Amino acid sequence: MKGNSYFSRKLHSLLGIIPLGGFIVVHGLTNYQAFERGPEGFEQGVHLINSLPLIPLLEIFGIYLPLLFHGIYGLYVAYQSNSNTGRFQYGRNWAFTAQRVTGVMTFVFVFWHVYQTRMQIYLGNITHEELGSTMNHIASNPVYFVLYVIGVLAAVFHFSNGLWAFLISWGITIGPKAQRISSYICMGVFVILSALFILSLIAFSGDEFKEAASAALAFTNIG
Amino acid sequence: MAQTTVANKTVKFIITRQDTPDSKPYTEEFEIPYRANMNVISGLMEIQRNPKKVDGASTAPVCWDSNCLEEVCGACSMVINGKPRQACSALVDKLEQPIRLEPMRTFPVVRDLVINRERMFGALKRVKAWIPIDGTYDLGPGPRMAETKRQWAYELSKCMTCGVCLESCPNVNDRNSFIGPAAISQVRLFNAHPTGEMNQEERLDALMSDGGIEGCGNSQNCVRSCPKGIPLTTSIAAINKDTTKHLFKKWLGV
Ligand code: HEM
Ligand code: SF4
Ligand code: FES
Repeated sequence: MKGNSYFSRKLHSLLGIIPLGGFIVVHGLTNYQAFERGPEGFEQGVHLINSLPLIPLLEIFGIYLPLLFHGIYGLYVAYQSNSNTGRFQYGRNWAFTAQRVTGVMTFVFVFWHVYQTRMQIYLGNITHEELGSTMNHIASNPVYFVLYVIGVLAAVFHFSNGLWAFLISWGITIGPKAQRISSYICMGVFVILSALFILSLIAFSGDEFKEAASAALAFTNIG
Repeated sequence: MAQTTVANKTVKFIITRQDTPDSKPYTEEFEIPYRANMNVISGLMEIQRNPKKVDGASTAPVCWDSNCLEEVCGACSMVINGKPRQACSALVDKLEQPIRLEPMRTFPVVRDLVINRERMFGALKRVKAWIPIDGTYDLGPGPRMAETKRQWAYELSKCMTCGVCLESCPNVNDRNSFIGPAAISQVRLFNAHPTGEMNQEERLDALMSDGGIEGCGNSQNCVRSCPKGIPLTTSIAAINKDTTKHLFKKWLGV
């Protein structure tokens, strides 16, 4: 593997979908429970995930290491690219530049977001059950809310457009027609995932999540 | 000589010049008499005949490369009004004035508009873009190619190594080792040939080593810029499929 950028690049591409793409979809669906079913729904989602076996291993090998490899190698890939959208104003060329810009934005956002949430649990400042009220703190601050919306849109665009590129990188969509159809599907993915995340942010900013911690405690007591 | 100059009508050029490969580029403006049906090359020839700038001061004639003058050799590629294309098929009547000429900076500039496209020929050598049929005895006729296949393969064979696709690609630059779209499409061409196919793994292996196909980032500028209308992005995706299959076959030891 040493010194062959073909392998590194293939790994980078694969990790973008498995596991990272899978993770962002599950993450979007879990958060959406906050909108659809309120604090209890969200707590159940968090609870369900935390009841999976071998959680620390899943987190390390399923999220942290793939994210670090894809993220750091992705920064290098972005560094290796020029942007020539001034000369070539085609939609796909804009998407090429946007893929790199949103990659860097996602990098910053993910580290900040993990620091605010998962890291606080590691540090012992909050518990899993208090995540709902932590998110309420964040989402009810207008500045944080806007930054989160920007970060979420960047990450979701990066994933959706990356899915389109992934299908080409692995030779799944070959002709222009297949690539056009897949671009419509990926746009659909972008709209749906964005809606899931933004609706959950709106839900988190609501007052019922202020009491999320106590509600969650009640839930764990019952369950 | 027949009088073809239209009274008072002129053509303005702004040309990026560079005296040596390492010296600093600078621009010079020219204004030459208009003639019917001029193209950029005939404009450059006029400047060569009378190398005077717009202010009347003389200067060294502008250097450029050209050969076929019918858009089949690729030698005269340059950036014309911001877009890389062939100067011989760039008609003055269809260009906005002043006409801005620049060298394709993706390649090393030799002088003025002359560039060195050696990296493209090097790439063709690396991927073995030929069909090995030399031997010590007559191997007889090879397998036939199906007509339906020949038709699309012919489109790929129109590549003139002009470099426009590399110039348009945001991933062909000093920081990136991407081989560029043209050579990948040539691998597809030679791997489609019934005799060439016998060596297809060698070509795929070349594209799966450092500075091969992996640098493609799907900006798809190449397919929109190629003067020959070569379906470059289809070629790249098709070779992505072939290299992926080849990768798994090697891992599984098939
Ligand atoms: C953490 C910061 C990240 C950075 C700096 C980053 C950077 C990049 C870059 C530069 C590319 C373009 C590669 C190319 O065009 O060949 C890319 C592709 C991709 N990224 Fe990311 N990325 C990050 C996070 C993510 C995340 C969280 C996901 C999943 C949700 C993801 C999914 C993808 C996918 C699917 C591709 C397409 C792969 C392909 O072209 O075959 N990335 N990334
Ligand atoms: S593929 Fe098209 S643009 Fe690229 S070198 Fe060949 S003819 Fe020129
Ligand atoms: S001189 Fe051959 S392409 Fe222009």
